[in-house]
Amino acid sequence: MSGLSISRRGLLAGISAVGASAALSACGAKTGEGSSTDAAGASADTSGSTVKVGLLNSLSGTMAISEVTVHNALLLAIKEINAAGGVLGKKLKAVSQDGASDWPTFAEKAEALIKDDKVAATFGCWTSASRKAVKPVFERYKSPLFYPVQYEGLEESPYIFYIGATTNQQIVPALDYLKKQGLTKLYLVGSDYVFPRTANKIIKAYAKAKGMTVVGEDYAPLGSTEFGTIVNKVKDSGADAVFNTLNGDSNVAFFKEYKSSGLTAKSMPVLSVSIAEEEVKSIGTQYLQDQLTAWNYYETTPGAANTKFVAAYQAEYGKDKPTSDPMEAAYISVYLWKAMVEKAGSFDVAKVKAASDGITFDAPEGKVTVDGASQHVYKTARIGKVGADGLITEVWNSGGPIKPDPYLKGYDWASGLS
Amino acid sequence: MTVILNQSFTGISIGAVLLLIALGLTLTFGQMGVINMAHGEFIMTGAYTTYVLQKSISNAGVSLLVALPVAFLVAGAMGALLEWLLIRRLYTRPLDTLLVTWGVSLMLQQLARDVFGAPNVQTHAPDLLTGNISMGGVTFASSRLFILGLALLSVLALTIVLRLTPLGRRIRAVVQNRDLAEVSGIATGRVDRVTFFIGSGLAGVAGVALTLVGPIGPTMGTNYIVDAFLVVVVGGIGQLKGSVLTAFALGVLQSVLEYSTTVSVAKVIVLVAIVAFLQWRPQGLYTLRTRSLA
Repeated sequence: MSGLSISRRGLLAGISAVGASAALSACGAKTGEGSSTDAAGASADTSGSTVKVGLLNSLSGTMAISEVTVHNALLLAIKEINAAGGVLGKKLKAVSQDGASDWPTFAEKAEALIKDDKVAATFGCWTSASRKAVKPVFERYKSPLFYPVQYEGLEESPYIFYIGATTNQQIVPALDYLKKQGLTKLYLVGSDYVFPRTANKIIKAYAKAKGMTVVGEDYAPLGSTEFGTIVNKVKDSGADAVFNTLNGDSNVAFFKEYKSSGLTAKSMPVLSVSIAEEEVKSIGTQYLQDQLTAWNYYETTPGAANTKFVAAYQAEYGKDKPTSDPMEAAYISVYLWKAMVEKAGSFDVAKVKAASDGITFDAPEGKVTVDGASQHVYKTARIGKVGADGLITEVWNSGGPIKPDPYLKGYDWASGLS
Repeated sequence: MTVILNQSFTGISIGAVLLLIALGLTLTFGQMGVINMAHGEFIMTGAYTTYVLQKSISNAGVSLLVALPVAFLVAGAMGALLEWLLIRRLYTRPLDTLLVTWGVSLMLQQLARDVFGAPNVQTHAPDLLTGNISMGGVTFASSRLFILGLALLSVLALTIVLRLTPLGRRIRAVVQNRDLAEVSGIATGRVDRVTFFIGSGLAGVAGVALTLVGPIGPTMGTNYIVDAFLVVVVGGIGQLKGSVLTAFALGVLQSVLEYSTTVSVAKVIVLVAIVAFLQWRPQGLYTLRTRSLA
């Protein structure tokens, strides 16, 4: 009987101890002190006739608009590879997880893919916030992530392959282009979070060194739809051009305000780094016509590989569906991984990583090559102009693939950045 | 000087948008005490109504004009339905209305996503409203002038209904003393429903106006709902003139601060100013003292 009589204090202590240990173990699982059994359990299962690969995209929530297209492109690549015989004779089986536009969810799902599904590689993420959230997970389990979106640079991870552009393959060429056009007075408009703020830091360093002037800089909260004042400021600033790092919906409001205030692509062009074909469609061509964008790929990029990619994508998902830069990067990321695995002759992550340097692929954007040291990709920079049909046509390109330089070490003016 | 004029106009146009979205709330929250979190989704309903109409009427100007009354009726009908299904059971529990209508708002967002898809859509503004009118260096965006006119017209219409019609007298009577009104032979239940119909309908009209400003998407209402509640609370609950004054004051304050600082800082300062103001005058700018409501 006495064994059952527990004092209230003892009960409380017991409950809080249980709660604390549960919380601790949850933290451990999240922040990275995984035990050796975890790591052992995480090794990819490649024994059967199929190999699982993880797709980690936001299929719901605010980012779904963009990330669903990336998911589609990944599925297309996997389907094509399977039709051609798979990888090392094994068929790929895609396991999709929904990151739901929520960064902690991304981390949980990444862990589930590695631990429960034992995937050989994972493809996905879009926002820098989601990438930062999953980075420790992939590093802890020593499992590779292929990331398909242009980003703010200043990052390297031994277990992330960056297939989108880093800053010296997008933002720096865009600045070179503006300078060449004589557009040297810039106004910076961006969303208030990590990517635009980092990008603008780089732009300001560039401007200072190259005789350009930044006449103004403004940030709007993500999702903000009130741009009256910012556009007034832009108009009064005497700028030659606007460098736009706004993300998502805010672009609609910004360009509507821009047009109704009387500013045009002729009087003051806007160069955007986050608006691709899909976004042009949803913002409205009439507001974007003749404005500039900077990417590595457009649906209109010439070449047989792209013709094939666009045709295959539209056959799968519909005639009116545009292709875009992040989709293309996602699509080629699967092929690049396949080439690495085949060169290594194994799915083993260490061997795949070792084999990555110098892997090339005849991509829709042109030939790309993996730089094994930084795990980024050599890419051609392209400036495009939005046409009346909503497609973007190239007005300038860098003439060939640019070596990735995520920390901008090759640029004197960037020495103060970190 | 032109900078000041341009900024004042921007402030007034922000105020006009605030006023339009808050007007319906002045009725449903202010006068009826219902914390309707689904108000933003009625705005969304109005915006999608505009989108649907534009698919069938190719002339953008005509479809916009048709959208105004249709959006009022559609959003109003949804509001009346919500009132009849749920809210009328909760008049004595205002905090529960918050939870219930929040749930409804999530359901309506999902419904919109299922019907129209997750990506945002947009309408084509009539050419007349994409340009601007320039006077002495000051630029008035036509769409903003249209919204300003629409806001003032809505205030005028609402004032007339509340002050001069039998319906308005009944609404005011129910708000001031429900029991006495009921004893006097007023069908209070029906008055509630009509009031909710008008309040929600006004949200629909606001939705039509917002298609000229930004994107149409399932979550567009959530961007505006907090601002709308702020306007009503600061203006003094149930006070039409308070809402009008507050909307324009906040709009101008916001735009002046944005010009001299940044958007985020301006938002913070405005919120701090509102908190300080409510410490000083918890009842808001105007209070219900007399028998007159509007």
